Amino acid sequence: MTERKIRVLIAKPGLDGHDRGAKVVARALRDAGMEVIYTGIRQTPEMIVEAALQEDVDVVGLSILSGAHMALCPRVIELLRSQGMDDVVVLVGGIIPDEDVEPLKQLGVKGVFGPGTSTGEIVEFIRQQVAG
Amino acid sequence: MERTADALLSALLAGNRRALARVISLVEDDAAEAPALLSALYAHTGRAHVIGITGAPGTGKSTLVNALARAYRAQGHTVGVIAVDPTSPFSGGALLGDRVRMRDLAGDPGIFIRSMATRGSLGGLARATADVISVLDAAGFARILVETVGVGQAEVDIASAAHTTVVVEAPGLGDEVQAIKAGVLEIADIFAVNKADREGADRTVLALQMMQGLAPATTGHHRAAGPPTPHARPQPGPQEDGSWLPPIQKTIALHGDGVDALREWIERHAAYLTATGGWARREATRAAAEIERILRDRLWEALLAGLPADCFAQTVAAVVRRETDPYTAATRLLTYAP
Repeated sequence: MTERKIRVLIAKPGLDGHDRGAKVVARALRDAGMEVIYTGIRQTPEMIVEAALQEDVDVVGLSILSGAHMALCPRVIELLRSQGMDDVVVLVGGIIPDEDVEPLKQLGVKGVFGPGTSTGEIVEFIRQQVAG
Repeated sequence: MERTADALLSALLAGNRRALARVISLVEDDAAEAPALLSALYAHTGRAHVIGITGAPGTGKSTLVNALARAYRAQGHTVGVIAVDPTSPFSGGALLGDRVRMRDLAGDPGIFIRSMATRGSLGGLARATADVISVLDAAGFARILVETVGVGQAEVDIASAAHTTVVVEAPGLGDEVQAIKAGVLEIADIFAVNKADREGADRTVLALQMMQGLAPATTGHHRAAGPPTPHARPQPGPQEDGSWLPPIQKTIALHGDGVDALREWIERHAAYLTATGGWARREATRAAAEIERILRDRLWEALLAGLPADCFAQTVAAVVRRETDPYTAATRLLTYAP
């Protein structure tokens, strides 16, 4: 009997092409024993939610450095809800101003991780969210 | 079967993609519901043409799958894609990156892509890949493209999971000696020489033709390797004696060049299999491989369940101390078999 793996989609919505952070996080999650589906840059919210549905992931991690998080995150969450995927944990990493963190959480984003976050912190957070 | 599993199955057969994704997860995780689900949906399988895409890392398998899926969609066929990537033997985690090259396929309801980690399997596929093929088949996808992990020379599980196996080569990855080696090259029904715009593509084609025993003898290694003279070779495809000579198709998957010709070869191979009884033989091979795998898994689990606690670990320790040998130890452990 195989154990159930935590599956995480790591995506970069929007137009900025800086994917180093996303790749570092993807690798850390892999090293923590998770299955990480990496979709690359310039994904639309529609593409992200379609991939999350097909891959049946527990977690969607969005990496956003463009400043468009207040437009992209609500759209992803809305699309997830329209598919009945309310149980998927949405995380955001990147450059997120402090004053936007609370509004994002109000929208349904479970965790916001800015520069300087240790990858271990993200791993722990995901384990707790998926277990609980 | 539980009511939730029953509802999932009905939703899957009705075309619900969320249900399809959930069922694949249950099968992949070897969940308690999985055997009953697979039993129930098996009656709905047997309609899809299963196409394996295999080859060394970096030959462009994912890009080719992307291009092939588009070519099939242009013909009106629905396409299921299974993309397998390796699980880390150390962490048990995996980075599944094949979707990066398949972004063209987004937004098409006639396509369903699923990434799978090998989870310890070594034959180029995951343990549950054959079951996931069945799930996509039952869900009604007409063509199922299975992309293996980047393989070396011996990962040939795909040959017993697919009807048609495409081996992808690329220029500059190996010389003629590599091409003679047994294993992956022997399972090809069709060769795709991808990245054909790169230098050395003709040499790769020639090396494959040489392996097939068909290249003209005049091609010494000091001569420029041009395309061989066509009149000396039989045409690829179905032969008069009923066999199939694997065609060698050049492709540039990134630009779509040669991809429709490749798709046509795949279709011709299916027609050849149907006409010669080969389809039924491959179905038998697939079923036999599946039953064998399930039996092996179940016998192993039953044996482990029957062993007294610590018995396995104690036996290992005894072998390490050279008090016994692995063969005697295995024979003794087998006495616990149900």
